[in-house]
Amino acid sequence: MDESTPIWNWAYTVEILPALAKATIVTIEVTFLSFFIAAILGLVLAILRMSGPVVGWFASAFVELVRSTPLLIQIFFIYFVLPRFGITLDAFTAGIIALSLHYGCYCSEVYRAGLEAVPRGQWEACTALNLNSWNTFKNIILPQAIPPIVPALGNYLVALFKDTPLLSAIAVLELVQTAKILGSENFRYTEPMTLVGVIFLVLSLISSAGIRWLERRLNLRSVR
Amino acid sequence: MNPAAQPAPDPSMRAPMVRFQGVTKRYGALTVLDDLNLEIGRGEKVAIIGPSGSGKTTVLRMLMTLERIDGGVIWVDGEPLTHVEKSGAMAPADPKHLRRVRSKIGMVFQHFNLFPHMNALANCMEAPITVLGIPKREAEERAAGLLDMVGLADKKGHYPSQLSGGQQQRVAIARALAMRPKVMLFDEVTSALDPELCGEVLQVIRKLGSEHDLTMLMVTHQMGFAKEFADRVCFFYQGKICEQGEPRQLFSAPSNDRTKQFLRAVMDSV
Repeated sequence: MDESTPIWNWAYTVEILPALAKATIVTIEVTFLSFFIAAILGLVLAILRMSGPVVGWFASAFVELVRSTPLLIQIFFIYFVLPRFGITLDAFTAGIIALSLHYGCYCSEVYRAGLEAVPRGQWEACTALNLNSWNTFKNIILPQAIPPIVPALGNYLVALFKDTPLLSAIAVLELVQTAKILGSENFRYTEPMTLVGVIFLVLSLISSAGIRWLERRLNLRSVR
Repeated sequence: MNPAAQPAPDPSMRAPMVRFQGVTKRYGALTVLDDLNLEIGRGEKVAIIGPSGSGKTTVLRMLMTLERIDGGVIWVDGEPLTHVEKSGAMAPADPKHLRRVRSKIGMVFQHFNLFPHMNALANCMEAPITVLGIPKREAEERAAGLLDMVGLADKKGHYPSQLSGGQQQRVAIARALAMRPKVMLFDEVTSALDPELCGEVLQVIRKLGSEHDLTMLMVTHQMGFAKEFADRVCFFYQGKICEQGEPRQLFSAPSNDRTKQFLRAVMDSV
């Protein structure tokens, strides 16, 4: 190591902060947008998997396909291969779609467990009260299925957040891609990469604390 | 008044409230109910008794459309429940027909099946609002009145987990009544309760029987209650009605050997 250059340069650290702050916002946008879509997609897939053998089979096959292949391959496929079929997406959109599909499939498993845990008697009570399928699901089943699976969904939110650096492979300007650019421009990787690590650590810890808080609140409601 | 000017009586008023016509139910190779024929009159209170696995709960579950029937037709208030008459023949009913006919029936379950995320009042308001479309205020008044009727006026804001088994079952009765059914089904409603809590639930059913013109069909192991409350008792054995009749006669002088054996076993266990 060149002994004339310090290991940590504070002036450089301050200089790159605005760029990293901007990248943090992109990362958070990607995380929440992808997770929002994944949470809805997961629920739809879980319902499809429970609704008849043919539809259920196709939904299960899709889930297995996505869960059994690496996220990076899916990102590359959507960004580099789909244009061959006339579907060209910008890197940000491709990244969002890849993360949503990937985590949507994982979330579907969680939803399925939650839905199956609602006692059969609840469905029967709804039939006896003549509730239609939509009201049964929306008012009775989902409010009971969701609280127990919030911790698992929360874990996937944090996991998705930590997978966003994979989008640097298609040049989405999230944290890691920004750190790479900053590092290559200044030939210093220590500060940008360390800061990115710290930002991920802090945001992950905050998210985990938030999930635990939500979990406690839901537990309190359920034992009421 | 000219008799000819009188409107023709509604044929459904002459029909029994519930009629099982050659109803069969199978689970795989096992026939749970075999060619069941049973008529229940309007306002009649029928108790169904029998050993475990005799098909008594299945009768209620089929009537509530919780089980698909494999043969025969169930009639409710003069209309087929799971079928529609098309040019003289019976065809499977569409969901709209099923929901309309089913709205005449209410059911109370052994394990209450209250909605745990709703308080007692909300449990009783949910279906009237979403199914019958009645305004929230009216639904609340109706629910509060029914909770009062079952002796739980002070528990309106309590969640099921905050209520005893007997209280939960009384909320379940109020919830079913909120839909104003013509037929009430009670499926072993005291079986999951501690003995000291059974009385409060049976008291509510007694009150219902005396104050309302409801047709009631109950599966029960409470022989004393069946004897005192029911107009008719049906003893089920191996998917068939083995014996039926007026309670005092059936309990004091059963004619069928299997009924005698069952009643003796039940009395010995008390």
